[in-house]
Amino acid sequence: MNANHEELLYAYAVTRDAGAPGADDLETLTGVAGEPVRAVRHLGLATLVGPVPAAGFGEAALHASLEDIACLEKAARAHQRVIDAVTATGACVLPMRLATVYHDEAGVRRMLANRHAQLGAALDRLDGCVEWGVKVHASGSAAQAPAATGAGPRAPRAAVSGRDYLRRRAAARHAHEEEARREDEAARGIHAVLTALAEQTRLYPPQHGPLAGPSGRNILNAAYLVRREGGDRFTSAVAGFADLVPEDGVRLELTGPWAPYSFAGQATSGQTGTDQATSGQTATGQTATGQPTRAQPTLGRPAPGEDVP
Amino acid sequence: MTGDGLIAQRRLSLVDLLDRLLAGGVVVAGDLTLRIADVDLVRIDLHALISSIDDRVPAPWEEAGA
Repeated sequence: MNANHEELLYAYAVTRDAGAPGADDLETLTGVAGEPVRAVRHLGLATLVGPVPAAGFGEAALHASLEDIACLEKAARAHQRVIDAVTATGACVLPMRLATVYHDEAGVRRMLANRHAQLGAALDRLDGCVEWGVKVHASGSAAQAPAATGAGPRAPRAAVSGRDYLRRRAAARHAHEEEARREDEAARGIHAVLTALAEQTRLYPPQHGPLAGPSGRNILNAAYLVRREGGDRFTSAVAGFADLVPEDGVRLELTGPWAPYSFAGQATSGQTGTDQATSGQTATGQTATGQPTRAQPTLGRPAPGEDVP
Repeated sequence: MTGDGLIAQRRLSLVDLLDRLLAGGVVVAGDLTLRIADVDLVRIDLHALISSIDDRVPAPWEEAGA
């Protein structure tokens, strides 16, 4: 079965067999290794895969390359390109998490069989929907260090007395807290309105760090699952907020439409909690099948035995 | 004032993409790569760069109505 050790199969997405793109649609498409992409069909489902060299996509090589931000970006963008191309054919697409690799087609079919009920349910749930991303950044002075407010607590030389200094410092802190509160409230209001226009929502932790860039304090990083026909209403609502909220000191960013990445592995909106797979390190394989997938909130901790016959 | 960068539609930044590709998507075990330990290790290494892929950082508030 694993006779060919030179080549592995990188999996991009699952679709319905009937909705899977044909060979014509995939003709010019290339994947993470510049390879052609094809569909592996089984039991009414199809997985889009591309043959990749084992040398670059084996366990050690993949691990090393994903830690390199340039390699990671290349893989992520190539993965996204395949998802986009398949989405463009009108198919309902369940994107796989980055770097899901199989030995051969038999392994891909085994996965489709083992996860058949879950994948089918997810395709039903997400059919006709796209994902929009909305981020809210605080752009006011509260986004900066507290010292940026007014006379500033970090300017003791300007203070004529210790008491003055303390008073100014307290006032600045108060103004800063007030501003942060107003910004959070604005973000909360935006999220509530957008949630009402969405089928499901998912909150990501706020972005910060070098990759996030100097956008101010990220106070909302959310994904919204929206029916295609409701897309205009949703984006208009976001644009409306962008016009209205500058006085609240926040800035909006809209991305999308995305394939429903944030909802593909999720049973219901806002579901959190522990992953069933984190306990029972060996025997969860049989119980996992047919359960609503809980894998989303805990980031890629499939049971070790999962999908292994 | 919508034209001055208040809203940047369809711009696909790497950090947004990684949010989705590393924390979203269907999670199925591949045949050989990136099982539990590997995925976690990659995440740990990356999370200094992209804090939002780390689920241990809580969202600023709980999901409304959840």
